[in-house]
Amino acid sequence: MTSELIVFLVLSLVAISSALGMAFSRNAIYSALFLVLNFVTVAVFYLILGAPFIAMSQITVYAGAIMVLFLFVIMLLGAESLAPLPQAMPWQRPLAFILAVTLVVESVYLIFVRAKLDTVITAPGVAANSPESLHDMAMTLFDKFLLPFEITSILLLVAMVGAIVLTNREKRERVGHKS
Amino acid sequence: MISVNYYIILSAILFTIGALGVLIRRNPLVIFMSIELMLNASNLAFVAFGRYHELLGTKNFLPFNGQIFVFFVIAVAAAEVAVGLALIVEIFKTKKNINIDEMNSLKG
Repeated sequence: MTSELIVFLVLSLVAISSALGMAFSRNAIYSALFLVLNFVTVAVFYLILGAPFIAMSQITVYAGAIMVLFLFVIMLLGAESLAPLPQAMPWQRPLAFILAVTLVVESVYLIFVRAKLDTVITAPGVAANSPESLHDMAMTLFDKFLLPFEITSILLLVAMVGAIVLTNREKRERVGHKS
Repeated sequence: MISVNYYIILSAILFTIGALGVLIRRNPLVIFMSIELMLNASNLAFVAFGRYHELLGTKNFLPFNGQIFVFFVIAVAAAEVAVGLALIVEIFKTKKNINIDEMNSLKG
């Protein structure tokens, strides 16, 4: 057991158990906090894979912005735990478990036995964490991927306008009365 | 030593847990979080494959391709969360309840 393997196993144990905690907590706030833990763990994986910029944006955007939005909406609606209703489809839960186990077994089989991706991932050198690396990434982003980048900015604008229009109900009703 | 296999399998397991969460939960907020988990698992696979091709020196592979795709996925996920949560708030205002089993009509 090398130290790399131990670090990987401990981190993936944390990632998988926090994901399970997210999926099975009764309280939605616990789910959100488990998901934050999962995002932070995945950010550490990004650091190991030599992607420090992605790791930091993961923490700021996902664990910061998106999860704060989630917690805000959960507390605003008081939707921590919904009143249990009779299940509309009682066979759905066992079927979901069977399908999930099948998916895991299939993908592990395909990845280990058929794909044979056994290239060893070496730890990134100091160069991956230097400012020059970020500079190179920015050059790729604003050169080869300039059009997708601009389309992303339009997408964010559309999402912002859409969210404002959806939640701004009072104004819409007033306009409706006038016409 | 850790091969890229390990990362892809971890990503597959996280993706499956997300899909399981979508199937078994009745709270739309938790379902939304499970979708985020699935996006995150695919991001992990992107970065792992990017590192793999970087180490392999695949022809025509730009060194930051995988990371830039993850960057775009994060931006799209942020946009998706903003619109989706606005929709959930609006449904709650209309129905006073957000149980997923009761969202079976397109009428308000």
